[in-house]
Amino acid sequence: MKDIAIYIHIPFCISKCYYCDFTSFPNMKDKLDEYIDYLLKELTLYKERIIDFNIKTIFIGGGTPSYIPGEHIYKILNYIYKNFNTSKLEEITIEANPGTLNKEKVSIYSSLGINRVSMGVQTLDNSLLKAIGRCHKVEDFYNSYYLLRKKDIKNINVDLMFGLPNQNLKDVINSLKEAINLGVEHISYYSLILEEGTLINKWYEEGSITLPSEDEERKMYHEAIEFLKSNGYNHYEISNFAKEGYECLHNLFYWKVKPYLGVGLSSHSNLAGKRFWNSSSFNIYYEKLKEGEFPVEGEEQIFKEIEMGEYCILGLRLIEGINKNEFRNRFNIDIENIYKDVINKHIKNGLIYENKGFIKLTNKGLDLSNLVEVDFLP
Amino acid sequence: MQSKKQKNIRNFSIIAHIDHGKSTLADRLIEKTGMLTSREMQSQVLDNMDLERERGITIKLKAVRLVYKAKNGEEYLLNLIDTPGHVDFNYEVSRSLAACEGALLVVDSTQGIEAQTLANVYLALEQDLEIIPIINKIDLPSARPEEVKKEIEDIIGIDCEEAPLISAKEGLNIDDVLEEIVEKIPAPKGDVEAPLKALIFDSYYDSYKGVICYIRVFEGTIEPGMTIRMMSTGKSYEVTEVGVNTSKHMSLDKLEPGDVGFVTASIKNVKDARVGDTITDHKNPTDSPLPGYKKVIPMVYCGIYPAEGEDFNSVRDALEKLQVNDASLVFEPETSVALGFGFRCGFLGLLHMEIIQERLEREFDLNIVTTAPSVIYKITKKNGEVLEIQNPSNLPPEAEIEYMEEPIVSASIMTPTDYVGAVMELCQNKRGTFLNMEYLEEKRVAMHYDLPLNEVIYDFFDALKSKTRGYASLDYELKGYMQAELEKLDILINGELVDAFSIIVHEEKAYERGRNIAERLKDVIPRHQFAVPIQAAIGSKIIARETIRALRKDVLAKCYGGDISRKKKLLEKQKEGKKRMRQIGAVEVPQEAFLTVLKYDEK
Repeated sequence: MKDIAIYIHIPFCISKCYYCDFTSFPNMKDKLDEYIDYLLKELTLYKERIIDFNIKTIFIGGGTPSYIPGEHIYKILNYIYKNFNTSKLEEITIEANPGTLNKEKVSIYSSLGINRVSMGVQTLDNSLLKAIGRCHKVEDFYNSYYLLRKKDIKNINVDLMFGLPNQNLKDVINSLKEAINLGVEHISYYSLILEEGTLINKWYEEGSITLPSEDEERKMYHEAIEFLKSNGYNHYEISNFAKEGYECLHNLFYWKVKPYLGVGLSSHSNLAGKRFWNSSSFNIYYEKLKEGEFPVEGEEQIFKEIEMGEYCILGLRLIEGINKNEFRNRFNIDIENIYKDVINKHIKNGLIYENKGFIKLTNKGLDLSNLVEVDFLP
Repeated sequence: MQSKKQKNIRNFSIIAHIDHGKSTLADRLIEKTGMLTSREMQSQVLDNMDLERERGITIKLKAVRLVYKAKNGEEYLLNLIDTPGHVDFNYEVSRSLAACEGALLVVDSTQGIEAQTLANVYLALEQDLEIIPIINKIDLPSARPEEVKKEIEDIIGIDCEEAPLISAKEGLNIDDVLEEIVEKIPAPKGDVEAPLKALIFDSYYDSYKGVICYIRVFEGTIEPGMTIRMMSTGKSYEVTEVGVNTSKHMSLDKLEPGDVGFVTASIKNVKDARVGDTITDHKNPTDSPLPGYKKVIPMVYCGIYPAEGEDFNSVRDALEKLQVNDASLVFEPETSVALGFGFRCGFLGLLHMEIIQERLEREFDLNIVTTAPSVIYKITKKNGEVLEIQNPSNLPPEAEIEYMEEPIVSASIMTPTDYVGAVMELCQNKRGTFLNMEYLEEKRVAMHYDLPLNEVIYDFFDALKSKTRGYASLDYELKGYMQAELEKLDILINGELVDAFSIIVHEEKAYERGRNIAERLKDVIPRHQFAVPIQAAIGSKIIARETIRALRKDVLAKCYGGDISRKKKLLEKQKEGKKRMRQIGAVEVPQEAFLTVLKYDEK
């Protein structure tokens, strides 16, 4: 039986952060029950289609899943346990924001088999937290963290951001240092992306905030890599670091282009040669499910040449790179037969190199990966 | 012997500056004469092409026949011959005027006479036309008809006492205009029994009928079935149809002296029915052609290249199709190191060039890259050989050149007195030689300069408009060639010379232009993974340098399930952008770069 990853989207937050363009809706607590009912309806529709799969990982993301009462999480996971093959389930992650957790919730998580918590910390500096519109404080994070450890959560990720308004290299290293001292197992380390339609982008365009220069920003990336490596964290994806054996299994499904099913508003799936995504409107999502239809808004047929391109584009995000043997086994053709020119071009440009059967980004390539990836598009 | 109807024919054109109301007046005349019902009328009937309407200008001439019952009770045939209003098409204007006995001079009573209008009035006076001044837009609060009348009297020396005061837009006093036409403009002369003599004042290609020639018959008769001869080429054709334009093409059995209409004769290319040529009877030819025929020669050249190499043949086909309709467009294949295979094209002027470029893109849906416009330079080599160079890349090495000459135009600029200083500064800056200045009225002057054409085609017109808030108008004509200290300015990108950017400039301008182009290219060329130097050079001497900083970061931080489609879209956009790039060595140069270097700089 094939393995599959399940993503569950909880589109609710306390408030919207200034940099966020994800699908989430603040202050809609009363709509929760309704939403969870529909979510279960959607899962029911997929029963047949994933009967032949082993669920390997579940990721409950958002939004802020930790914001909603534990009973809802119970409903969802309980439904999955009852209706799907979960005997091979290895990793269940829930996203949590500091300040939204309490003893009761964490106990429920633990009893449901949730074994990984991903915390949206972003920075361990109160003034920076305020600057990006996070509604928690550093102290909230520490409280939540100790609570999780007390309830025996052994795999904790923290999201940290760099390139924030007025942030400097020292701030960044300080945040990393504190996370390392706590002993977190996994660190996602993201550069701030200015997304259209976000408040931060508006302020940036108005000139009311200043961001670190490109050179400073890259320095924050390069130094962090060295710092984390020297502290025993394995740099395994462009923005992800983990202690040995704590790499996020769920995300590896994405990067290795393995099957995954996303349920809930606006979530994406990759299943049976198709990539498809749900509507991001509550109304449409509900209407379709009411009619017993899949709430899918769009789909893309993944032909072999598209799949090969995606495999390389996403494979390059992994620091180990594209495994040439794996490519051959999966597509029954040598990677050189398809991408020889592209590979040679970027080896010449100094953006990728080949080592022991893997094709991977150089340090420079890590900064300019889009330049390489664009050439793998079909 | 005259034909019966001859005394009741009136042939006339309308002379007016852009926006002074020529097309609107034409519409009103057509309405008033009842040839078309109001419902049939599309606004501004005479301007056919979309492009013309958008720019508010008339590019190609057309003629329309109106039937007017005058106050004296007689019925008159009024042939209105439309003229283009732009200096690029001066010769075509002169030929349409040659088909007339009179012209309406329409002047905006809020503006006064403009340079181009005056130039056309002089053309009309050369043809001995009766000029009827018409004062338009009198409904506007800022109208000052008396001042404008005086201005016309002072400058042109024609009596304006009886000039109709009208509002073409409101349809006010249009009858007065029609009566003036009937009373003032002389009936055409010409012997119906003499050998055929007809002037081609316009021609265009129709895919069903072949070339349609618009003609004015001066002597003799033209009718279907007869064999005609083009006097400039000696080629003969059998007439298939003659007729006039009313609201549509209307076939007639013949055209006689004084008539204005069309003739078709299975002619395949407008080159064989050139504007200004005389048509005669092949069997019974006239002794001498009508005066004034000349083959128009292009003044401005530029390279036109397909954006994608494989479109070379499509561009050639499109140019050929345009040429079928435009005898003044010339082109020949050329090669550029940077741009590959393309064409060097010659135009009457800048507007003509822009029109052709736009038509290639709009009507033929082609993606093209154009190089900086150039004029024709005359190069005298040390060995005595004289070359004419249209493409800066073809300039011989400096050591072989004895001297270079550039075309000079005599320009008239009309402007309100407030901007005299600004215009003088501009002309001086453009290496102009001041000739004289005359007061048209208290607040308006005409300034006369000799200007190098290569300065005029660069950004002169935009600069003039910007410095005078659009109030100044410009007219110019080729005066001759003058020796000048000219140099070839080259642009190097990442150390490689890009021939498509090379221009010929005056030595005093080289540094400024070089720096300006380098700065602009810095803004339009995207950053690469390495630093890209941009240099401007005269020979081996670098005179300006800019550097495009290396790209430090182009990476997507997050890429999970839902991000993958987004990421692919982003990459696809990047890929699409790359497609429109020209690879020059290791550097990708966007097509806009070739245009940006021409833009006027406010700095």
